[in-house]
Amino acid sequence: MKVSGAQAFIKCLEEQGVEVMFGFPGGAVIDLYDEILKQDKITHVLVRHEQAAVHAADAYGRVRGEVGVALATSGPGATNTVTGIASAYCDSIPMVVFTGQVPTMLIGNDAFQEVDIVGITRPVTKHNYLVKNAEDLVPTIREAFHIARTGRPGPVLIDLPKDVISAMIDFPEMKPVKMRTYRPTYEPHPGQIEKACKAILKAKNPVIYAGGGVIAANSNEELTELANKLGIPVTMTLMGLGGFPGTHDLSLGMLGMHGTYYANMAVAHSDVLIAVGARFDDRVTGRIDAFAPNAKIIHIDIDPASISKNVDVDIPIVADCKHALTAMNSWFDRSDACDPAVTIKKHGPWLKEINDWKKKHPLAYVQDSDIIKPQFVVEKLHELTGGDAIITTEVGQNQMWAAQFYQFNKPRNFMTSGGLGVMGYGFPAAIGAQMAAPDRTVIGIAGDGSLQMNIQELATARQYKCPVKIAILNNHYLGMVRQWQELFYDKQYSATVLDVAPDFVKLAEAYGAVGLRATKPSEVEPVIKEALATDNTVMMDFVVAREEGVFPMVPAGKATTEMLLV
Amino acid sequence: MRHTISVLLQNKPGVLSRVTGLFSGRGFNIESLSVNRTLEADVSCLTLVTTGDDAIVEQITKQLHKLIDIIKVTDNSDADCVERDMILIRVKAEANTRAEVLRIIDIFRGKVVDVGPKTYMIEMTGNATKLQAVVDLLRPIGIQEIVRTGTIAMQRAHKN
Repeated sequence: MKVSGAQAFIKCLEEQGVEVMFGFPGGAVIDLYDEILKQDKITHVLVRHEQAAVHAADAYGRVRGEVGVALATSGPGATNTVTGIASAYCDSIPMVVFTGQVPTMLIGNDAFQEVDIVGITRPVTKHNYLVKNAEDLVPTIREAFHIARTGRPGPVLIDLPKDVISAMIDFPEMKPVKMRTYRPTYEPHPGQIEKACKAILKAKNPVIYAGGGVIAANSNEELTELANKLGIPVTMTLMGLGGFPGTHDLSLGMLGMHGTYYANMAVAHSDVLIAVGARFDDRVTGRIDAFAPNAKIIHIDIDPASISKNVDVDIPIVADCKHALTAMNSWFDRSDACDPAVTIKKHGPWLKEINDWKKKHPLAYVQDSDIIKPQFVVEKLHELTGGDAIITTEVGQNQMWAAQFYQFNKPRNFMTSGGLGVMGYGFPAAIGAQMAAPDRTVIGIAGDGSLQMNIQELATARQYKCPVKIAILNNHYLGMVRQWQELFYDKQYSATVLDVAPDFVKLAEAYGAVGLRATKPSEVEPVIKEALATDNTVMMDFVVAREEGVFPMVPAGKATTEMLLV
Repeated sequence: MRHTISVLLQNKPGVLSRVTGLFSGRGFNIESLSVNRTLEADVSCLTLVTTGDDAIVEQITKQLHKLIDIIKVTDNSDADCVERDMILIRVKAEANTRAEVLRIIDIFRGKVVDVGPKTYMIEMTGNATKLQAVVDLLRPIGIQEIVRTGTIAMQRAHKN
């Protein structure tokens, strides 16, 4: 039986297990929307801007551990997805984005709403396709999902000309995707595992440096087992938060530019650094030659191109983090050379040194009885949600305070635009996360600047009855840039003062959501409690200390030991 | 250091721009590039010459390999291989210089492929150094135009 391209599209999504997609219609994709209306297995969430669709799909995919799906029309619909796709690419988030395209016969003619989105997104997708023949449609969609979710995950874009989705085609039977040119390496090389394990046993000052790969590979338990087995402290990147319990004794919290004093000191003094699913980003390493200068570096990553890209690696292990960590754990269990009790005891002095650093400079801020400190809001959110909420953030100070003060104990609870640093990510991501986990508490921690980049999504949140709670740390500044200007640009607050802003409480009410405001520290707890008890979208406007900074801070280009402290 | 890298890739629209986009986006250098079909109709071989230290060239080969449409990436630098460029040269060939031009191209085993009233078009193959030597020798006589291909390379058979 023949089906239309649009019907095949729906069938393909169903066979991939897609339950929710995010999108915005347009002329080139009306056929798809016509089919979306005729079925009830897949919920389509109508966003108010295509960028939001992609961020929502990103967070949806992260919470579920599945491939997020977004749909946009041709031309401007397609170009609006680019920021979201680039963010997902930087953070290795599995996603398939469908864009409409003008009919194949018009491609290249500068037709209405025509844009070469495959050309535009080539550097920010793991792979992308223009489907020129209707019979390629189904195999292409299947291949796209396969590429998005396997290996180092990432976004894949499929451009669908209007005549391709209206053509009648045979729907081919589903077979496992086999590709000649794409076979990611999951299993580690046993020789490399042995080398790494032996180096770890010899170490006096080992540190595990865990990144987003730990979460992508669902390997948090294996990582925790390794750390516990040998008593190795763990620091995490922004993307790795939740990959190891933040409240665990061995946790050093986040490292890098706004990492903890003790995490950066521990890495700088380590003799073996075990990087797991992390990529030695400049925000982590600071001045590269001063990063872990005396350490032998072990690097586990599924992407060979990540290894020795920024830092020379001594023992590379190309593998899925879960497979590699499992192999290491079992090597230690089997080996006669390893007596865990002895190793833990040997690490005693090192852990004591780290504890001294923790005592000397804990994560801290100066409390104030009259003015709300933004860190206090994040701490209260942690306390009143039992640390069990899904947190999304915007980008800037709000993101760093969330990362520092909401101690994540579980993976897939923290959604942030890590690599690309997209202002406007957090609110649509909160909607995506809520659609993925309707019964969970979802809190979007936001700045008053970032939030306004996608604030139109209030309508989406209301339409789909997403009871997301937005906590605005409102300082009437573009706070992170202002902080740099304060520290390094002689306090010249060029273009960072947001004197004109909406009344967020009234704005929320205008959309039928609930607006709450706190201006004194004593009001913070009641506002959060009321928000958590409200079954509606809530905007909490926390009027916070205007010129509070994020500390510790490693100035750009400095060594990570050269931190500015509170 | 100069590296000649051979890349086998699927012969699909847009693959070449994936390769060149990778080089421009990551700030890698392309000195020359040559691409055509192989024995398999749907597989092309792309040969490119680049310069960079070992770490950069390692990144180049890894990033190339990461592209989904790429089948195989070989850095020929450490291998014994034959490298060839081809050049077409339009050189002045007037009564007093014709003999000299012919002598020079004979030494380099080039040939005349077109004769004009006052010019020869010369075709020659060789590695980049040899072709440059010919250009340098002919320049004083008067070169009007040159066109060169990118380098192609093939590894020699194993001796044993």
